[in-house]
Amino acid sequence: MSGFIITALVVLVFIVVYQLAKANEYSVILKDEEKVNASTNRLMAWLMLIGFILGLFGLYKCHVNLQDYLLPESASNHGDNYESMLKWTLIITGIVFFLTHIMLFYYIFKYQASDKRKSYYYAHNNTVEILWTTIPAITLLILVIIGLRNWSVMMDDAPKESLQVEITGKQFAWIIRYPGPDGVFGNTDFRLINDANNVLGLDWDDPASHDDIIFENGQMHLIKDHPAHLIIRSRDVIHDVGLPHFRMKMDAVPGIITTMWFTPKFTSQEMIEKTGNPDFVYEIACDQMCGNGHYSMRGTIIVETQDRFNSWLADQTSYYDLHYGESDKEEELVDNPEEESLVENNEVALN
Amino acid sequence: MSQEITLGHNPTDNMDVGTPVFHDTGHHEEKLHFFKKYIFSLDHKIIAKQYLITGIIWAIIGALFSVFFRLQLGFPDSTFPVMETFLGEWAKGGKLSPEFYYALVTMHGTILIFFVLTAGLSGTFSNFLIPLQIGARDMAAPFLNMLSYWIFFLSSVVMLSSLFIQTGPASGGWQVYPPLSALKEASLGSGLGMDLWLLSMLLFVISQLLAGLNYVSTILNMRTKGMKMSRMPLTIWSFFFTAILGLLTFPVLLSAFVLLFFDRHFGTSFYLSEIFIGGKALSHIGGSAILYQHLFWFLGHPEVYIVMLPGMGIASELLSNHARKPIFGYLAMVISLVGISTLSIFVWAHHMFVTGMSPFLGSIFVLFTLLIAIPSSIKTFNWLATLWKGSLRLNVPMLFSLGFVSLFISGGLTGIFVGNSALDIHLHDTYFVVAHFHLVMGVSSFFGMFAGIYHWFPKMFGRYMNNTLGYIHFFITIVGAYLIFWPMHYEGLAGMPRRYYDYSAWETFKVFQDLNTFISVVTVVTFFAQLLFVFNFFVSIFKGRKVTKMNPWGSTTLEWTTPIRPGHGNWEGPIPEVHRWPYDYKEDGEGNDFIPQHIPLKPGEESH
Repeated sequence: MSGFIITALVVLVFIVVYQLAKANEYSVILKDEEKVNASTNRLMAWLMLIGFILGLFGLYKCHVNLQDYLLPESASNHGDNYESMLKWTLIITGIVFFLTHIMLFYYIFKYQASDKRKSYYYAHNNTVEILWTTIPAITLLILVIIGLRNWSVMMDDAPKESLQVEITGKQFAWIIRYPGPDGVFGNTDFRLINDANNVLGLDWDDPASHDDIIFENGQMHLIKDHPAHLIIRSRDVIHDVGLPHFRMKMDAVPGIITTMWFTPKFTSQEMIEKTGNPDFVYEIACDQMCGNGHYSMRGTIIVETQDRFNSWLADQTSYYDLHYGESDKEEELVDNPEEESLVENNEVALN
Repeated sequence: MSQEITLGHNPTDNMDVGTPVFHDTGHHEEKLHFFKKYIFSLDHKIIAKQYLITGIIWAIIGALFSVFFRLQLGFPDSTFPVMETFLGEWAKGGKLSPEFYYALVTMHGTILIFFVLTAGLSGTFSNFLIPLQIGARDMAAPFLNMLSYWIFFLSSVVMLSSLFIQTGPASGGWQVYPPLSALKEASLGSGLGMDLWLLSMLLFVISQLLAGLNYVSTILNMRTKGMKMSRMPLTIWSFFFTAILGLLTFPVLLSAFVLLFFDRHFGTSFYLSEIFIGGKALSHIGGSAILYQHLFWFLGHPEVYIVMLPGMGIASELLSNHARKPIFGYLAMVISLVGISTLSIFVWAHHMFVTGMSPFLGSIFVLFTLLIAIPSSIKTFNWLATLWKGSLRLNVPMLFSLGFVSLFISGGLTGIFVGNSALDIHLHDTYFVVAHFHLVMGVSSFFGMFAGIYHWFPKMFGRYMNNTLGYIHFFITIVGAYLIFWPMHYEGLAGMPRRYYDYSAWETFKVFQDLNTFISVVTVVTFFAQLLFVFNFFVSIFKGRKVTKMNPWGSTTLEWTTPIRPGHGNWEGPIPEVHRWPYDYKEDGEGNDFIPQHIPLKPGEESH
């Protein structure tokens, strides 16, 4: 019943406010309507002016309060392009924003109706029309050129030496795959998918699939200053690999393969120091509505130096061995000769 | 316009809608049965009001939904028992379930974009103003017009009923991208709720096509004598292009929905390929999920302008009227409308830069998208030039028009960010986009609509809306809109994704919790200010101050030459003939600062 009471209260308040407003309007008629209208007009002009000044102050306060929450310096090469382009776009649109708004609110105040004021009959002027067509056109052309130059860099083919990583979205998690020592991803077929022991539907008839390494916890390792080439797939609906710190994003679409590449600039440790946040972590956010668990579809990225990466990778077991390996014990051994060769092969594959 | 084409609308002629003669004061009007007069009416004015009131009801529902999901975002750890009262099972213990959170987000978008800002806005003002401002007794096809409203009504009923089914309404976002929307295994809302959504939208598209055909043919064929195209008010121009855009693009949306329906029920694979879901691999192979997005956004983007253009037209008209000054650059305004409408059909893929679409295609869409900023800036500068050296009456409709300009600039400029693919790659699907489109097409279109309602309310109901409440409504709404959406840009720059139910698990985004709480509080306040408007609207219909002057705003356009409460057929005598353009805000030599369109040119006076 509380809902009913609240509704009743709201209605009651409205009735009271309306009656007051109405009484006010009747008093307007009783006094001299013209006079009241003129004073209302003045009041509104002042309110708009004060509102505008308060608004500008609000924008300033908003910026002061929120700027610390913005992302730290971009952590990828493409992100640097993004940042400089963002800066220029902000400057240009900022100028337009302030200019037009100052004009708008200045005119409201300056040209408010009064007894003395007569509007100036002035219907068109082709010169100014041409002026304010060409200036925006040229400005936009500049922005298009900057944008397309950056776009073509971002969308260019990944460098050959890139680290290949596959990331597959499913409701509601990310699965990461590395090609293993052979540097080749094994074939997959969605009909072979099985959540118990073949989450990506690897085709075991393809020898390249046997050394593929899979992480179901959505944690990806990348190398500092080494380009990473992400091969993006989806198992079910459309997801999106959103990497805010690298300023990158690409959809994961079932049935097709999309890609993205970038070069991380800072290790995770360096970012922790830069941000002063001991909990800092590169996050992979799903940016395309994918169902009820969309908001929890989180992955992480660890960026580390080449050496650390190599030794980490060397400790990993292929998905095939994890699920079909003859002896699980063997992989635990540090001196396993097979493991050694994995490390070496890996270096070859990476370089 | 030749006399043949304006056939039947010779001033001395009668109506062609099957109702008898009109110049005998409209006595027969009262004999019409209540149902014929108010429910199944053929009168464009009644149909406009039907659209308006249906739109208002939908707007309350859509806005209420946003309040519900903002409560979740602002106070993820709290419970609100009042939500359980409204939503029952979906908010057990006063906490929204993720399923219903997504359903609310989806319905909020669908309702406000289609039912309120398309049907409610265009439906109201195109219907109301086209015949009145071009000098016609009714639409070209009044019956079709009535049909269009009732199909829209049916569509509303279907959509509303989907809110009450067990699996809930559609919940895949208002774009309903497959495979999420195609597979019932993918989410609860993709079950029956999605079928009802598709059915409702199918009816909606039909209704919009009927309406659009009517608007276009009325504008082309039924203008009164002397009302050349070049003498039409900018409102009519904007409704004209809105209708054309709808006619060109809604059928494509329909085709997308039909294919989606086939994929859902008949085992086709238009959009589906290689999917493993619900523990099994589906048999669909070879479809393309991207195809749907192309088809969807082929309407989806022009839809933004279908929503925007009427607001632009209304603002142009009102800025000129209340500044007592002709609109600056009438021709430039019309040409920029043409430019915006044409370009809007060629920019759809800027919603798809990061879908894996060819980057080359992306480049082309960047170019077209940023081109659209040119006609938009022409319009903005023309509005500013209209104010320059005017004599501004700062009444409620004028304030809303001025607010429209401000919001259009603020929201439009951020379009330059998201339209440039290299920036969109980071900003896509974040709160930056939410802020952008809510300002530019959501709130500013609403401002256009509010301005129009406050301005034409006297013509619609013969009474005024309460002024004081109008001012309160304006200030709370514009301050609220900026407080809600401006900070969202910061969230978006920080990469915060839209459509998240809870951000607390995210190291990168949880810093914004306080801001989210703030935004939610402002949302609730702003929502109640809108209810104040609704209250003002309905009470004023019956209790508002009566209109005593034929032309209370000192306007030049033809609707103010009709009686204060016009009957069906609009003019009691012959339809006035038009002699001049609609923006002659100059001395008439008799103490007035405007000359209506139907006043003949004085000897020696040059027409514009």
